Amino acid sequence: MAWKEGLFSRLSQGLSRTREVLAGRLERVLTGTNPSEEDWEALEEVLLGADFGVRATQRLLDSVRGPSSARAGAGAELLQQEITTLLKERPGIGSGRYAVKPWVVMMVGVNGVGKTTTVGKLAYRLRRDGKKVLLAEADTFRAGAIEQLEIWGERVGAEVIKHGPGQDPSGVVFDAAQAAQKRAADVLLIDTAGRLHNKVNLVEELKKMRRVLGRVQEGAPHETLLVVDASTGQNAVVQARIFQDAVAVSGIALTKLDGTAKGGVVLSIQQELAIPMEYVGVGEGVDDLQEFDPDAFARAFFAS
Amino acid sequence: MFENLTDKLEQTFKRLRGHGRITEANVAESLREVRTALLEADVNFQVVKSFTDSVRSQAMGQDVLQSLTPDQQLIKIVREELIKILGGEAAGVDLKGRQPVVLMLVGLQGSGKTTTAVKLALHLKKQQKRTPYLVSADVYRPGAREQLRTLCDDNGLPVYDSGDSDAPLEICRAAVDKANQRLCDVLIVDTAGRLQIDEEMMQELVAIRAALEPRNIILTVDAMIGQDAVNQAQGFNDALDLTGTILTKMDGDARGGAALSVRSVVGKPVLYVGVGEKADALEPFFPDRMASRILGMGDVLSLIEKAEQAVDKKAAPKLEQRMRKGEFTLEDFQTQMQAIKKMGSIGSLLDMVPGGRKLTQQVDMSQAEKEIKRVEAIINSMTIKERRNPALLNGSRRRRIADGSGTSVTDVNRLMKQYMEMRKMMQRMKKSGGKRRGLLNRLSTPFQ
Repeated sequence: MAWKEGLFSRLSQGLSRTREVLAGRLERVLTGTNPSEEDWEALEEVLLGADFGVRATQRLLDSVRGPSSARAGAGAELLQQEITTLLKERPGIGSGRYAVKPWVVMMVGVNGVGKTTTVGKLAYRLRRDGKKVLLAEADTFRAGAIEQLEIWGERVGAEVIKHGPGQDPSGVVFDAAQAAQKRAADVLLIDTAGRLHNKVNLVEELKKMRRVLGRVQEGAPHETLLVVDASTGQNAVVQARIFQDAVAVSGIALTKLDGTAKGGVVLSIQQELAIPMEYVGVGEGVDDLQEFDPDAFARAFFAS
Repeated sequence: MFENLTDKLEQTFKRLRGHGRITEANVAESLREVRTALLEADVNFQVVKSFTDSVRSQAMGQDVLQSLTPDQQLIKIVREELIKILGGEAAGVDLKGRQPVVLMLVGLQGSGKTTTAVKLALHLKKQQKRTPYLVSADVYRPGAREQLRTLCDDNGLPVYDSGDSDAPLEICRAAVDKANQRLCDVLIVDTAGRLQIDEEMMQELVAIRAALEPRNIILTVDAMIGQDAVNQAQGFNDALDLTGTILTKMDGDARGGAALSVRSVVGKPVLYVGVGEKADALEPFFPDRMASRILGMGDVLSLIEKAEQAVDKKAAPKLEQRMRKGEFTLEDFQTQMQAIKKMGSIGSLLDMVPGGRKLTQQVDMSQAEKEIKRVEAIINSMTIKERRNPALLNGSRRRRIADGSGTSVTDVNRLMKQYMEMRKMMQRMKKSGGKRRGLLNRLSTPFQ
């Protein structure tokens, strides 16, 4: 997949500290003839520190604790394999993407996770591949949101459908869906306002947008991406669950993975809610949005 | 907020209660539950460790084991330890020194700096009678400066117009001059979001800090953040020597373990919490209240404060008088409902009442909100005369009101029946109730 060498190393760098510590501990736990309880505890802490969460951490530990004597020396490989296997249980859309024209993508998520930026980066990827892209700003609430997406539109060469501040987002979505058909766009990317998932009214608003899209074009939206900030803790699972119930989330875009946060919580989202990972954001650059690759993701944790 | 942690601890302690007496093994077991709950609440694992260690050593003392109410004892220890970590007393921003006093907001992308800058300015203007000036030093994110300007315009706050300048340091310097010219005594600097490991960007903040000598350097922390909270806080603190933090997005349902993590790792106080999207949704951070919330003891103090803010102080005594005379009209009822609405959603209010959290889980709150809307619509569809004298409401008037409010005559009848019962109750209160004490007093006395 499209994991460029530079990006992989950048991702690795962010994860390197964990990786070194983790690999060291794991080596000790797995190769030692009699790993101490403290060794196991230390390993547990490393996994917890990467936001894997209590349950996933327990499961991962159980998976390597049993066969450790038989696989002595396997080191970090065992855990890496386990994580990769788990992540692969739920593959993303893959080659079926963009099968329909216009392919409608709705971006949802809580405030400040990077929805608009992800829309911009995704638009850049599509434009680079020669697709005709239409952007829609359904965030009529946040000051500056429209300006932000317009700048992205200019940057990547895509028209932005927008209404004024405070207008009904469903109106924007309706116009955008019609425009996408009229202009024969390949892809329509819809940016929505950030909303905390426990605000019932705002979630209802999303449902309405979804209904409106379905009325203009059957089957739309074809993708509903939940954008998750990599530094989010276990609340990400709660977020995913509520958005999934409300608007049938089809995949996760994990952003800000270039920081020190590890994003281990996505494993729980995949395991508990069966929502696949689709994209990762690994930097501030316009081309820093990559398709998710379980092998690379797990390797970035454990490769030495 | 924190509701899930509360549930967990409650369950744990309920199980303890069944044991009658606490043994060392019981304590160890319940502490494991506390540990899991805290970890699931995203408290940093190192903080959790020192927390449970500390509680364990205290719990093993004779106090708990020999107490007749060991669960209460353990709760007390856990609560006190929580308060200790969350920080002693409520702190605010430092407004002393040369004017304009500079407040600098720093943090990661999307942590809520811009929204917080406006909330903070409005708070200082309204509560502390200051004249704030704002500036955005975010020359990177598209739309960032427009966002601050729009929010400031909406809230009647002056903001520095940096034009097309792309030099954050120059913008900040010019803003200080402008604040001086305008006789503004507080300058709030909104900076660009950045990762704490981005050397170049961190140097930019160090330069601004050196030039402006801000009395307050505040890190905004997203309440939903996980284990990385400590890395961020440490990174920013190492580079800038923070004076405090503000927890944002506390109106979500994140358990907010970051509050514990950040406080204990960098040792700087949490100054405020952001509790909504509106510009006035900023509240002081009270460690004791927060600890009470964590332990499911409710937050009655916050509720009373909200009530006091929402109620019109001049109108209240008059209303009380009328109520006592049994003259409580539908117009008064309408005013009351509007005051309650100002305080927040029913669910959020119930959350603050001890035991109320259970209620919010059992009852569909959106249904309750809908019911209130229906009642409001009915009253709004009445004429002022009808509101003041409900006896006027005959069949045809009721039908008109039902049509006007989009409800049915049955709905109107039901409301009128409830209203009559309420009035009867008030008249009964008048006969038995103490005459001197005001309504608000009566409400707050049990908690003083």
